[in-house]
Order: sequence, then C-alpha cells, then structure tokens
Amino acid sequence: MIADLTRAERLWAMLILGALGLIGLAMAIGGRNDLLGIHGWIVLAAGLGGFIAVMRGLDAPEPSAERLNEYYDAPTRVGLILTLLWAVVGMGVGFWVAALLAWPDMTFDVPWLSFGRLRPVHTSGVIFGFGGNALIATSFHVLQRTTRARLPDQISPWFVLLGYNLFCIIAASGYLMGLTQSKEYAEPEWYADIWLVVVWVVYFAIYMRTLARRKEPHIYVANWYYMAFILVVAILHIVNNLAVPISLGSAKSYSLFSGVQDAMTQWWYGHNAVAFFLTAGFLGMMYYYLPKRAGRPIFSYRMSIISFWGITFMYMWAGSHHLHYTALPHWVQTLGMAFSVVLLVPSWASAGNALLTLNGAWHKVRDDAVLRFMALAAIFYGITTFEGSFMAIRAVNSLSHYTDWTIGHVHAGALGWVAMITFGSLYSIVPSMFRRERIYSQKLVEVHFWLALSGTVIYVFAMWNSGVIQGLMWRTYTESGGLTYSFIDSLVAMHPYYIARAFGGLLFLLGALTALYNVVMTIRMPAPAADDAALDIPAKPALQAGE
Amino acid sequence: MFGLHYNLERSAVGLVAFIVLVASIGGLIEIAPLFTIDETVEEAPDMRVYTPLEVAGRNIYIREGCYACHSQMIRTLRDEVERYGPYSLAVESSYDHPQLWGSKRTGPDLARLGNKYSDAWHTIHLNNPRDVVPESKMPAYRWLLRAQLHTDDLGEHLAALRAVGVPYTDEQIANAPLDAYGQANPDSAAAGGVAKRYGDATNIRLFDGEATRLTDMDALVAYLQVLGNLTDAAHQPQPEAE
Repeated sequence: MIADLTRAERLWAMLILGALGLIGLAMAIGGRNDLLGIHGWIVLAAGLGGFIAVMRGLDAPEPSAERLNEYYDAPTRVGLILTLLWAVVGMGVGFWVAALLAWPDMTFDVPWLSFGRLRPVHTSGVIFGFGGNALIATSFHVLQRTTRARLPDQISPWFVLLGYNLFCIIAASGYLMGLTQSKEYAEPEWYADIWLVVVWVVYFAIYMRTLARRKEPHIYVANWYYMAFILVVAILHIVNNLAVPISLGSAKSYSLFSGVQDAMTQWWYGHNAVAFFLTAGFLGMMYYYLPKRAGRPIFSYRMSIISFWGITFMYMWAGSHHLHYTALPHWVQTLGMAFSVVLLVPSWASAGNALLTLNGAWHKVRDDAVLRFMALAAIFYGITTFEGSFMAIRAVNSLSHYTDWTIGHVHAGALGWVAMITFGSLYSIVPSMFRRERIYSQKLVEVHFWLALSGTVIYVFAMWNSGVIQGLMWRTYTESGGLTYSFIDSLVAMHPYYIARAFGGLLFLLGALTALYNVVMTIRMPAPAADDAALDIPAKPALQAGE
Repeated sequence: MFGLHYNLERSAVGLVAFIVLVASIGGLIEIAPLFTIDETVEEAPDMRVYTPLEVAGRNIYIREGCYACHSQMIRTLRDEVERYGPYSLAVESSYDHPQLWGSKRTGPDLARLGNKYSDAWHTIHLNNPRDVVPESKMPAYRWLLRAQLHTDDLGEHLAALRAVGVPYTDEQIANAPLDAYGQANPDSAAAGGVAKRYGDATNIRLFDGEATRLTDMDALVAYLQVLGNLTDAAHQPQPEAE
C-alpha cells in the first residue's frame, strides 16, 4: 500500500500519522487517571506504527504514471478482508451473547465477559465493523466503475478505511472497559465520535472529487444511495452525539438532551441508522452488483427514482414508532406510525425492482449461489420492510415492543438482507479484485449459502415465537381479572427459543468462516498468466488534478 | 417530473443539496417542537436531582449495559400499569442525560423499582441473581462488591450535568465526593450534609451492608432505590391507561 503512494503522499501520510500519534500521546497523558488513557495508548500505537511503516517505505520507487490508467482498488481489497474479519468478530460475539442468555453463568466473574458489555461489541461489530467496511470497500469500487474515473488520490481512501477501522477498534475496546454513552448504536464516547466526523468528511470529499472528474454525464443510481448514506449518517451522528465531556482528560460525557427530547433524537438516529446505514448503502450495493451479476439492466429507472426519494424523505419521520405508548407526545407517535406504513411503498418498489430485474435470469439464480445470495437478499428486504411497517402500527407494537419479536425483525434484516447482499457482492468481486480467474471453491459458496439461509430461518423463527409468546404472556389475565403470569414465568418460557437462536446464529457464523476461508484460498491461488483484469479500466487515462 | 430528475442526476452538488433538504424535514418537524411546546413535559415542582452517589450508580448501570435488558419506561397500557405501577411521565426522566428508556425487556421494567425491595435483597441479587431468583438469566455482578467507588471526580460530573441543564448548586458540586460518602454511611458526620443539600426524602443508608468503604455496589443500589422516586407526579391523577 505504501508503494502506491507518491513521495508527496508519503510525506503527507507521515504528517497525518505523526499528528495522530501526538493526539494519542496527549490522550494518554491527559487521561492517565482515566480509561481515556488506555485509548490514548491505542491511538499512539496506531499513529506511531503507521508513521514508522511509511518512513521505512519513504525511499521506495514511486509508482509509475501508468497507474492513472487504472482504477485504484487496493483500498477495496483491504476493505473486503476487513469486512470478513469483522464479520467473524461481530457474529462470533453475537453467538456468544446468545449463548449467555441461555446459560448466564458463562460470565465467569470477568467484567468484560458479561452480557451488557459484550452486546454492543456484537451490534457495533456487525453494523459498523462488518457493514461499514463492506460499504466503504464496495463504494470505492462502484464509484470508480460508474463514473469511469479513478479515485482522486492514493492517500485519502486509506485515511477513510483505516481511520474508520481505528474508530471501530476504539468503540469495541471501549465497550469491554465499560465506556459507553448507552445510546443504542451510538455508544462510542465523545472523542471517538469526533474522530468519526473527521473520517466522514474525508469520505464525502472523495465522493465529490471523484464525481467532479466523472466521464459519465449521469450519476448512476447506486451512487445516489451511497451519497445519501454518507450525508444522512453524518447529520444523524452529529446531532445524536451532542454531549458535554466532564473534562478533556476523561472519557465520560453527558448527552446534551435529556428525557423525552433525548429519546426522540435517539430513535430518530436509531431508526435512520437502519435506514441510511443498513438500507440506503446496501441498496447502492444491490443496484450495482445484482444487475451486473445477472447480466440484466435494472427493470425500471422510474421505480428507482420513486423509491430513492421515498426512502430519503419518509424514513426520517419513522423513528417515533420506537416510542409508541411512551411519554412521547401522541402526535409524534401518530406521525411516526403513518410514515412507517407508507414507507412500504418505496421499500417494495426497491425490492420489486431488484426481483423484476432478475426476470430472464432466473436460471442463473438457480445455478449461481452468488446471484442467489443477492436474490434472497432482495426477498428478505421485502419481507423485513413489510414486517417493519406492520410492527410500527400502534396496536401491533403494543404486543411486539420490548419483546424478542423486535430482535427477530432486526435479524431478518441484518442476516437476511444486509449480510446476504454483502456476501453476494463480495463473492462477485473477489476474483477480479485479486486478479484471479475464479473463486477458490464454488462448492463452498454453495455451502455458505445454505448455512446462511438455514441459520437465518432458525434464528428468525425462534425469535418470532419467543417474542409473540412473551408479549401474550405479559398481557394475559385470569378470569378474576389479575395478571396470569409473573415476569419470571415469561422468562422461563423463553429458554428453548434462546437455545434455538444461538444454534441459528452458530450456523450463520460458520457460513461467515467458510467465506473467510474461501477468500483467503482464492488469494493464495496462482495468478492467471494473462491479466484479464486489464479490461476493467477507465474510459480514458484519468488525469489527476494537481498532478 | 422525470425530466427534472434527468437534470438533477447530472449534478453532484444538486443531488447533495436535495438529499440534505429532503432528509431534514422529518426530524425538524418531529424533534424541534418537543423543545418548544410546554405540554410535552409535565410540571413537577417537587422534582429532586440525583445525589452524587446516585449519579455514580447511574453511570455504573450504563457501564454494565443494564439498559440492554431493562427498560425504564412503563407504557400507557393496562397490563403494564398493573405489573409495574403508574405509567411513566416525561418529566420523570427530564434530568436523565441521556434517558435510559430502553428498548428491550429481557428482564422486567425498572422505572418504579425504587424502595420495592430491600438494600440487602439488591446486594445479594446483583452479586448473584440466582441466589434469590433461581430461574434468572442475569449475569452475576460479583465485582461490584469488590470495586472501590471512584468519587474524586464526582464534582466534575455534577458540573457537566449542570452545563446541560440539571440545576445543581455550587455547594452541591463542591461537596460531591463528601456527599457520596455520607449517603452510604448514615452514622458518619458527612451524612447530615446530604439530607441538608438533597432533601429529607433522600435515602441515606448502608446500601451494601458495610460501613467500612464505599463500593460500586453502594452506588448502584442507591441508584436503583431512587428509580421512580424523584417526583410524585406519576402518582397524581392522570388520564387512564388504554
């Protein structure tokens, strides 16, 4: 990766990494009596390690000007591997916390092994580690192909990818130490949040600078989604994480908002993290990789316009359905419910557009597990968005809220939609990205597909059952008008489903491990003699601004 | 309409501006009025602030991720009111930065937990839940009794909370570490100051059963015992639950 940088870029990299190291040192000294200090050492190690690595490569030969004739895919390659590593971490911890709910004594009196601290490692590991790396890696790939322009330089993509992973490491290690803001999916503390904003600004700049040099007059639909993902996540992240640290030498902060305003802001964020991180970004992925793999054009351009703006506009109203029957004013609950129900229209327009694109290519879906991953993802997207709209109805929500039904719904989306579209996309570009003729084993892709599908189905059915039983038990009355079940009765009834859920999760984890093995073995295969990937180049030599 | 879009998708800046505009509307309309409409949060003149020990306990609750399995928000539903107590009002969490309403009940709601069980029950239960509830799935938090509570920066905590709107006085901020000690040691000289600064309704007890030192257990139990007791507003006549 250092060999790809020009000499000027290497000097910039040293400057940035040196500054990062100094920030880490300041955190380590300022926070020496606090857990912030430990994060300071991690940042210092990252900055210093990077600085030394670049310094050692400073005098290596500069990359040839030929590189400007090709797309810049090295960050995508690293991003794909990081995606798989985070998948194993996030899903592995997920399996473990699922097991803890069945057998709670496996905490072994170790604070960082307790459910409450591991659970955000699972959620952030999967959403931000696995999902975020997949989005960054594929967005760089899709952006270049659909604009026929090379990324603007060799340094900012690395800054985004590696800086983002530093954020993920700070987040996950913080949870284990008990550092959390407690706001779901926005748990990292103030300094990690500030760092993510810096990374995000550079990410956005890469997008705009590449689009500015595009050779295609039209910006392809996949890029609308990636742009909405970058922009709206920035808005959500900044507003929801507004907080006052107790001092610059402490990791602890108090959120600016409290009570009902904080709850509404949190679920405006939380629901739209689902919408713009886990939906918009992955729809961008779907709009590029699914038609490409199927060899068919997108079914309807107009449907894609309607669904894009429908999702961008309406999702932002839907967050209040997380707060039905709470102390949130009734009018906000009603607005949230109404928009959640109407959201089904653009959601199904997207899912339908994807499935109709497969018309004429269904024989490929049958034969090709990679395309089947993507087709199944579109089906799960349709199922989950229907379920989401349904659960947002107040009367349904009165039963489903606070129960495992929500967990089942989330995993139908996360396993069935997000992970399946990611694995499909990943398998479809790994051979060309690593310049291999094919994936190491098509059979293993097939094995992975069936592990993922059966794991998802077992997981989701277990949680649907436990959630509905739980919700019904809580509201069952005896003939004399008293509550029939104590809370602990409902918890005891969950036990078999918690075991089934852990088993489903284990199957899904085994699938992810299969993918990691398959990709590693693909990379280890000998490169083909003739470089087929040479066809995958920009339209004309891409002139670089300032070079 | 699609003709207009044909032009829009040729402009990166246009797309960016339009996405930001379209995505901002929902949040602005749903969130901004919550700060301006007075009816959103009820009046509660008797509302108390958390003591320093309760603030520390609340931070332990957050640190251990208790909110992942326990809600603090009783909905306006008949079965919830009968199981947990009067439904939650917005004002009850108005000093909660951030709120801990939660989203999942793997364990029961805790909004009205305060003074429902004894301190001794909480200490045994947190140390190993299965000692008192054999079927429980909660982790055993044995380290709470072993860990000495950090109190030296509690003044900074209260000052930060005041910066975001909780009405702590200078005196409360200056005496925060002392008050944390006093609240868990009723026989000490420091105990009197706690009642003076935070009101007679404050729980001043040996929360973990030991006078010798202040532990994380003291703080967490003190916090659990104040849940639902900062104000009586929810116990006043309210519209009936559905």
